[in-house]
Amino acid sequence: MINSIKNVIVILFGLLYLQTAHAEIAPSEIIADEYGAVTASLTGVPGDPANGRKVFMNRKQGNCLACHVNSEMSEQTFHGEVGPVLDGVADRWTQAEIRGMIINSKNVFEGTIMPAFYKDSGFTRTLKKFQGKTILKAQQVEDVVAYLLTLKE
Amino acid sequence: MSFFNKIFVGSVLLILGFSTVSLADESAKLVVEGQPMITRVKAPSHMENVDEIRSGWTFRIKETQSLQMDDFENPGMIFVDKGLDLWNKVEGSKNKACASCHDDASEFKGLRTVMPRWNESANALWSLEDHVNNCRTEQMGAEPLKWGAAPMDSLIAVISLQSRGMPMNVKIDGAVAPLWEIGKELFYTRVGQLDMACSNCHEDNYGIMIRADHLSQGQINGFPAYRLKNAKLNSIHARFKGCMKNIRATPYKVGGDEFRALELYVASRGNGLSSEAPSVRN
Repeated sequence: MINSIKNVIVILFGLLYLQTAHAEIAPSEIIADEYGAVTASLTGVPGDPANGRKVFMNRKQGNCLACHVNSEMSEQTFHGEVGPVLDGVADRWTQAEIRGMIINSKNVFEGTIMPAFYKDSGFTRTLKKFQGKTILKAQQVEDVVAYLLTLKE
Repeated sequence: MSFFNKIFVGSVLLILGFSTVSLADESAKLVVEGQPMITRVKAPSHMENVDEIRSGWTFRIKETQSLQMDDFENPGMIFVDKGLDLWNKVEGSKNKACASCHDDASEFKGLRTVMPRWNESANALWSLEDHVNNCRTEQMGAEPLKWGAAPMDSLIAVISLQSRGMPMNVKIDGAVAPLWEIGKELFYTRVGQLDMACSNCHEDNYGIMIRADHLSQGQINGFPAYRLKNAKLNSIHARFKGCMKNIRATPYKVGGDEFRALELYVASRGNGLSSEAPSVRN
């Protein structure tokens, strides 16, 4: 009896896992074009720009302000200047290009210092707690993409 | 938005920018206790991508810069005092202190500027820490000190202070040449989840703001350095370790072969800059 309950639970969790796994595109399954652009949404769930804004400024998540000036966030002090200014970024790039740059900017700009935010392997000496993990979760990437698409001049 | 509105908003942003970001005084001259320091000089010939090397001091804000100009204001000097206490403390089976053989440490004038260097009898690359621990275990019969811990760093500060103002002059040829190459490769190798090499920040982007931090050249001529961030002296290897953790990489071992090689290479990138220890940084 206990065994059969256990089996049911295992099967239920298994199904749940399969469902979530299917809903998201894993880093290894990403299809980027020759310029690094990624057309397909990572989750199929439309990005939430308000949450994307939070992920953008959160130092433990996107931490995008560390390197980019973004006038839409002028209430935040100290915008970094390592990367380009993001004002009007939606006028310059398509959704697929922006998604591709966040997933792995090295596919777009060779040799860039910018980290790949949706890549979980191929690194050297990654700290244990980050091994096999991406910097951002799939939906967070979609949320940041949605937020960046609001930055028009 | 009209043209004038744009100008107005732009000016406000500019003013905000300048009032919130305290810029480094990059042209300032560092004079410590009346002694001028070389903080900018032509890069050593082995550096292919940098023309001028600059002390980390030149990247700091005015308030931080001024702390290093007066020994009464330099919090690093408190640790030098602690180091002197330890210097004079008798320890170990042979009842000796550092001072028993080396008096006030002034005989070590210049030593900091050539470290790390090859030690023939040990057949190894030695950092200052090795000198300290070799003396402790061989001459004093005392326990070695832990690298990167306060007692070691304060003793290193005492020894380094004897060379303050003298230009760094680390040898990179001869027996250390292969180790120097290893250090150079480490400097340019990307690691961690953020996938960055030392060079990405400290060669490609020095002088640029990364959020509130002004990226320096990653020079170590001021180490051990008192950091306002953790209010203590920081050793070279401890700083390497901190940097690696920031980029989410597993640090190499403090006192291990990789950091020794990296120390050699990074020290050699500062050849020509004054030894400033104990310096003050953010």
